[in-house]
Amino acid sequence: MKTKKRTSIILYMMVVPMAVLFFIFHTYPFLQGVFYSFTDWKGYGNWNFVGLRNYLHIFKDSNVVTSYLFTFKFALLATILVNVLSLALACALNARIKFKNFLKAVYFVPYMLGVLIIGYVFKFIFSNIVPMVGNALGIEALSVNILGTSSAWIGVLIVTVWQSLAFNTLIYLSGLQTVDKDLYEAADLDGAVGLKRFFKITFPLIAPFFTINMVLSVKGFLMAFDQFMAMTGGGPGTATTTISLLIYKKGFQGAQFAYQSANAVMLFIIVVAISVFQLRVLEKREEKVN
Amino acid sequence: MLKKGNRVTKTNWLVTILLIVLAIFFIAGPIYMTIVIALKDPSDMVNVLSLPKKIRWQNFVDAWNMTEYPRKFFNTLFITVINFIFTIITNSAAAYAITRNRKKNKFFKLMYYYFISAMFIPFNVLMLPLVKQANLFHIDNVIGITFLYIVFGLPMNTFLYTGFIKSVPEALDEAALIDGANPWQIFTKVIFPIMKPMHATVAILSIMWTWNDFLMPLVLLSDKKYQTLQLSQYVFQGQFNTQYNLAFASYLLVLLPVLLVYVFCQKWIIAGVTNGAVKA
Repeated sequence: MKTKKRTSIILYMMVVPMAVLFFIFHTYPFLQGVFYSFTDWKGYGNWNFVGLRNYLHIFKDSNVVTSYLFTFKFALLATILVNVLSLALACALNARIKFKNFLKAVYFVPYMLGVLIIGYVFKFIFSNIVPMVGNALGIEALSVNILGTSSAWIGVLIVTVWQSLAFNTLIYLSGLQTVDKDLYEAADLDGAVGLKRFFKITFPLIAPFFTINMVLSVKGFLMAFDQFMAMTGGGPGTATTTISLLIYKKGFQGAQFAYQSANAVMLFIIVVAISVFQLRVLEKREEKVN
Repeated sequence: MLKKGNRVTKTNWLVTILLIVLAIFFIAGPIYMTIVIALKDPSDMVNVLSLPKKIRWQNFVDAWNMTEYPRKFFNTLFITVINFIFTIITNSAAAYAITRNRKKNKFFKLMYYYFISAMFIPFNVLMLPLVKQANLFHIDNVIGITFLYIVFGLPMNTFLYTGFIKSVPEALDEAALIDGANPWQIFTKVIFPIMKPMHATVAILSIMWTWNDFLMPLVLLSDKKYQTLQLSQYVFQGQFNTQYNLAFASYLLVLLPVLLVYVFCQKWIIAGVTNGAVKA
């Protein structure tokens, strides 16, 4: 009995210090953010409780509303594009191709590179290379730097897709490798080939991987920051200011500590709601398919 | 049967060629461009994509001196390596204690749900108060941010490690217990070595996270001498201005270590990330 008690202390020691540190440096700041979201603190000086005023103000603030709508649009399009393209790429890499491992390694390279630097490299491509090609070919739409126009977000979207494809493709690829090859042969005999085979057999079998990718993608893209900082800085004007960018800019430099804390809490609620909703819906669909 | 045998070995050349062409255009293209511009003389930029007429190594020397590369490299390397070592040890220990006891002990069960639910809290949501707190605790420096990375990785790594430990038979623990080992000895001598595949995954994900992270250094490391490689690219953007050769040489100096490691450990890295994704 005595030894049993002593051993359990060691087990507690393996968790408790980390849990305490995690509380102090992760949970406590989070709770503080929630607390200050009900005040009018600027980040310095005195503060007063203002109740729900910050939250009510968010819905009337065109800056915030625009940035939410923009972030949703961006996250939705990025999620769709990334998942469609990475699924296609994974299928291609899973086909009977030569140099399979080499090609897989090449397509994974973007995952290794920092988003910020990729953003800078593509900024140069959009400002110098694309207009050059556009002029040479006489295509007017391509002859200007897209990042300086109202379509700047498309440029950032392209970079985001380019970078995110690598990881998502890898997940789909590992999903495709779990599919039993005999099933394909059976499908071949039944005359199910090409797209029909994909939607009737392959896709239902890799549905769990689809769920993971959808949830991770949406969450990641709603937080998009690095690529916007590198390519547009939120501009032109405020056209490509995502929620993360808004919290960063106004929260640190705009003396809106409390107000942006309320914004951050809203973002948190939205991320949780969307993730839970997705998991529910997608898992239900998985069950139905299986 | 013979016909089917043939089909299995037949290479799909159409898809192979398509993949090669796309890889050249979309993956090799931007990397080629980065390298070429980094090596060119500013006067050689009329035809941006051509090979350099004369290789100008001075770009790298200038970028090296201007951004204080050695210092930024050392900062980034310190954060990456120390975080990786301590993450592997502390996070796997915590996950081990949680996994083995969460069925029979309320406290460990609570800890499990505490860490897992924290995965839903994005960094952006707590960064404003965290920066205030970091100034107060004087952790707005290299050692401080390393410490924060170790703590912040806990939710994700608990999730990954518990998934793995569940598959390790508890009979191993019991056998070691009968031999007189205490839980710490069981963990270090028996379980820790078995977890190698998951250590690899956690190591790769942690290393990629800390090496490429931008937001956390941006808000925490305002002192120039503590800046990381990623952050210094942002800080020097204004000074690079239109000196593209200098800027790209600087980018390449940050990308090269990662690309070199990738060339040599590519199989291991892909296997590690796949392992993590499938467990998740």
